[in-house]
Amino acid sequence: MAEFAMSGPAALSGRKMRNGVRGIFAAVLLSLLFIQPHNARADEDVFAGLATTQFNTIASSVDQIAQQGGPRALPVLRALADRKLFATREGDGLFIRTDSGWEDARSGASATPDEETLRPVRVNNRVRLAVAAAEAELELVSGTPAERQASAMLFYQRHDPAMLPAIDKALSKTDDVTLKNTLQDARAAALLSPGAPVSDAQAQQQAVAKLKAAGGLDARGVLAQASTSEALDPATRKAAEAAVSSIDFKLKLWGFGQDAFYGLSLGSVLLLAAMGLAITFGVMGVINMAHGELMMIGAYTTWLTQKAVLSVAPALGSFSLVLAIPAAFLVCGALGIVIERGLIRFLYGRPLETLLATWGLSLILQQVIRSLFGPTNVAVTTPPWLSGSFHLGGIEVTIDRLAIMIFAVVVMAGLMLVLRRTPLGLEMRAVTQNRRMAALMGIRTARVDALTFGLGSGIAGLAGVAVSQIDNVSPNLGQSYIIDSFLVVVFGGVGNLWGTLAAAATLGVGGKALEPLVGAVSGKILLLVLVILYIQRHPRGMFPLRGRGVES
Amino acid sequence: MNASLSFRGASVTAVIVVLLTGIMAIASLLPASSPVQVSPFIMTLAGKYLAYAMLALAVDLVWGFAGILTLGHAAFFALGGYAMGMYLVREIGARGVYGNADLPDFMVFLSWKSLPWYWWGSDHFPMALVLMLVVPAALAGLFGWLAFRSRVSGVYLSIITQALTYALMLAFFQNGFGFGGNNGLTDFKDILGFDLHSPYTRAGMLFVSGLILAGALLAARYVVGGRFGSLLIAVRDAESRTRFLGYRPEQVKLLVWVFSAVIAAIGGALYVIQVGIINPGEFAPANSIEAVIWVAVGGRGTLSGAVVGAILVNLGKTLFTAWLPEMWLYGLGALFMATTLFLPQGLMGLMHHMPKKRPSEVTPEVTNPEGGEA
Amino acid sequence: MSTEPLLELSHVSVTFDGFRAINDLSLSLAPGEMRAIIGPNGAGKTTMMDIITGKTRPDTGVVRFREHDLTKLDEPAIARMGIGRKFQKPTVFEELTVRDNLLLSLKGLRSPFSLLFAKETAEETARIDGLLRTIRLGRDASRQAGGLSHGQKQWLEIGMLLGQEPDLLLVDEPVAGMTDAETMETADLLREINQTRSVVVVEHDMEFVRALDVKVTVLHEGSVLAEGELDQVSNDPRVIEVYLGR
Repeated sequence: MAEFAMSGPAALSGRKMRNGVRGIFAAVLLSLLFIQPHNARADEDVFAGLATTQFNTIASSVDQIAQQGGPRALPVLRALADRKLFATREGDGLFIRTDSGWEDARSGASATPDEETLRPVRVNNRVRLAVAAAEAELELVSGTPAERQASAMLFYQRHDPAMLPAIDKALSKTDDVTLKNTLQDARAAALLSPGAPVSDAQAQQQAVAKLKAAGGLDARGVLAQASTSEALDPATRKAAEAAVSSIDFKLKLWGFGQDAFYGLSLGSVLLLAAMGLAITFGVMGVINMAHGELMMIGAYTTWLTQKAVLSVAPALGSFSLVLAIPAAFLVCGALGIVIERGLIRFLYGRPLETLLATWGLSLILQQVIRSLFGPTNVAVTTPPWLSGSFHLGGIEVTIDRLAIMIFAVVVMAGLMLVLRRTPLGLEMRAVTQNRRMAALMGIRTARVDALTFGLGSGIAGLAGVAVSQIDNVSPNLGQSYIIDSFLVVVFGGVGNLWGTLAAAATLGVGGKALEPLVGAVSGKILLLVLVILYIQRHPRGMFPLRGRGVES
Repeated sequence: MNASLSFRGASVTAVIVVLLTGIMAIASLLPASSPVQVSPFIMTLAGKYLAYAMLALAVDLVWGFAGILTLGHAAFFALGGYAMGMYLVREIGARGVYGNADLPDFMVFLSWKSLPWYWWGSDHFPMALVLMLVVPAALAGLFGWLAFRSRVSGVYLSIITQALTYALMLAFFQNGFGFGGNNGLTDFKDILGFDLHSPYTRAGMLFVSGLILAGALLAARYVVGGRFGSLLIAVRDAESRTRFLGYRPEQVKLLVWVFSAVIAAIGGALYVIQVGIINPGEFAPANSIEAVIWVAVGGRGTLSGAVVGAILVNLGKTLFTAWLPEMWLYGLGALFMATTLFLPQGLMGLMHHMPKKRPSEVTPEVTNPEGGEA
Repeated sequence: MSTEPLLELSHVSVTFDGFRAINDLSLSLAPGEMRAIIGPNGAGKTTMMDIITGKTRPDTGVVRFREHDLTKLDEPAIARMGIGRKFQKPTVFEELTVRDNLLLSLKGLRSPFSLLFAKETAEETARIDGLLRTIRLGRDASRQAGGLSHGQKQWLEIGMLLGQEPDLLLVDEPVAGMTDAETMETADLLREINQTRSVVVVEHDMEFVRALDVKVTVLHEGSVLAEGELDQVSNDPRVIEVYLGR
């Protein structure tokens, strides 16, 4: 559960940064107002300030560049942000380093300066922020569509009334519907913000309606402020208040959606962990307490695969995870077959003894991994194509978690297919239902047992691959999943894969739903207690098998 | 005598326990120069082993005689330990780090102003005894009543007992729960006015532990020896058959389950007094499973075997972790596998040479996992 | 014989996952009667026993024993009311001695607490000795039940049934796996028991049913197909069709 906590601090620091940017941006705007007359002299070299070593001068130069615009403004600012802008040690020559060589910053023509005399233009935080703000303003007018959209968003988030003219100017120049919409939101937000030019009640209410429709935290912030702002019409204030509660309601709904996403993501991890158990426990009646350790070995296989790929073919590094999937399946599947042949088969019909023996095995597996790779976490990297997130309405969807959900569904579908459509699946079901009859019909039951156990273990390996992406990979990894996954199997009803799916989703979402109410640990405890009580009322889980003979 | 009556030796074991602890207690009071003096370190270890033997005895009662494989008995052990620990912490009084006579150190540290209600009366020894007996018994009673009434059995029961102790562990790890969080309860000074670090108290405690263990052995032998014991074995081997005779197996199991929980709790209390610390780690599911292996090693369903197994395995653990710490988990893991594979009757079975039909490889006749009780 | 039946099933149905194991079954047994139930595999014989003894709860219908509705009670309550059951597969307590098996079965103490402090009374000893004679296991009294032969286990179980002193005995395939001689002895024993108690016997063995010489009920697909004397029933064309196949 700890992995979810990370989004908190990360989001916080993001917010802090944005506040900082907002402050700097206001400062920049203020300075812009004062240097307005200056700018009339078009021949003035606004780039000269960049060649100094004073941060303040550099920053104000950035502001001026942004104000003046022109074809060179953006490339120079970007070069500055990327630390590719160099100045001569004497004089005010400015050069940009390109992939092939150098170009003159002012003209863009390729150049061959004496590299000995060059030094990089220094950048500190204030300069960087000024660059970011300036870039946004420039991009609004001359950037690519995506850049213009991004800078329109920036204006919306800052909703500074002083920017109204710039917004209006941009509005008049664009036909792009999305951009226009964002700019209108930005305009509405600016109109309702403190310091906005006096407007009539109708315009204000239109702005409120616009923001209400836009929704989100930014709109809520502006509206909440507006609802108490003396500068606004009383009717507007009332409308703003209503809009705030409407947005709050929507945010709450999205919040539920977000919790559901996290819950389902947790559930899909549980599903992966429990599916292998559903095979070994549900189909074969074998309690494998080393199941978690097989997951752990799957995770270590992922790590080793990554290391191997990086040393053999570094170019394929980001796809090593794809290779790890079959690798973990085969390693754990083979290990499972060895375990079945070497240990479990001597204990059939004695489930409680199997439990003890496999627990012993789990201790040994842990210690083996500890001796080989050390007791501490190993670093499994997340490939770039699994990093990041996107927004689905008000829900932030992290790609790695989404991938695990998809992976869990694919594995489950594959497992169903194996059970229902392959000769092995048919033999497995035959052996489960009537071992003696199956043997008489020529099915090699011992082989089927070994393969079934291997299949369950291989799936544990797959779960290990998934878990390696979101959890610490250490010899203790398995321990934290074993109780949960057994509960999932038992809760769902033994021998029923759909039940396992439903139980995993219920426990995942239930856990996440309880978390904000009672806290993470208490939520976990409460959930355990609820499941214990549920199993006592329904000893055979949510989807029990019924019939004569099941009972005894 | 037949297999089910192999617990008859329990009274012999009880006598041996009392004699040995008596001798050790006396030997510990000899001057350090004496070659037969028992060091305080050994005394602490012996006390710990006896406490674990109580836990093993409790596990054997339910697993050996009622067929309930508990993976959560450490919960009752730890609860008993905490009940005693609460009293011992209050006995520290103003001698704690913060010098607060009314509040234990960890509460002062959390800047609590007063004792939570459930600490009421914890400064009285009789209250500690009441808590030690009542709380685990009540929890066992509630849990057992719910579980046995709805006929949860076999591995299902094992798994929810494990979930129970896991939930308790998470709870006790929380500072706000009021039992010292991570660190648990420790730094005890004395019990009933006797200095816990004095050799006389140690000697006395070890002998008392021996007496209590012997008493528990005899009580357990009485319970499983009579007509109730026959019924218990009947329930273990053919639960549904007893129902058609008009018995209510859930009541039978509940009775022995609560009795067993109380024995485990007393063991926990003895543990805390002699080892000097109780923390949430005692609730860890791994501890409960280890207790099961002590019983398996000694011989399930023999009572004496539980005591012997607990002492031997823990002795092994002490030696192993001192000499070859890396190897202990290999040893323990191998012990689990070897016992279940090659020594299903445990050491006691070896001693009694009881031939039992245990085919080396059996085919799973019952695919229904709760079907066969092992 | 009174007109009031001892046991009466009316319109009982039960479904397992869409399979109708018992389908609108009605059956009535007079006090003191012995009845043989026959039918092909899957006819619902064992499920019917399960319903009477409270192991399976029917979806619909009423099971009346004297004035009690058995569908509302669980197994121990029904057993204490005076219904004993012998299973198809002999289930005795294998780790206990023959004597302890019988002691547990004796009518009387049932609460675990009272058993904790119970001592065997002289009366109980006498009862057990009597039972041992009846089931011809006197010399094996202190043997572990698990060591008995299959036939002996069947008899021990019948002895345990008698120890319960039930008014109604349900006996499921008592002669499966017995020799011919044992089979005939068992028939004698059941007739002897029937002197004082009502009995329902489920059996496949036609020789055995003939030896019992009682009214026969034929079950098929969960309901009564035919009822009457064995000769009459075995000439019924529907019964012949069911048994010989189509």
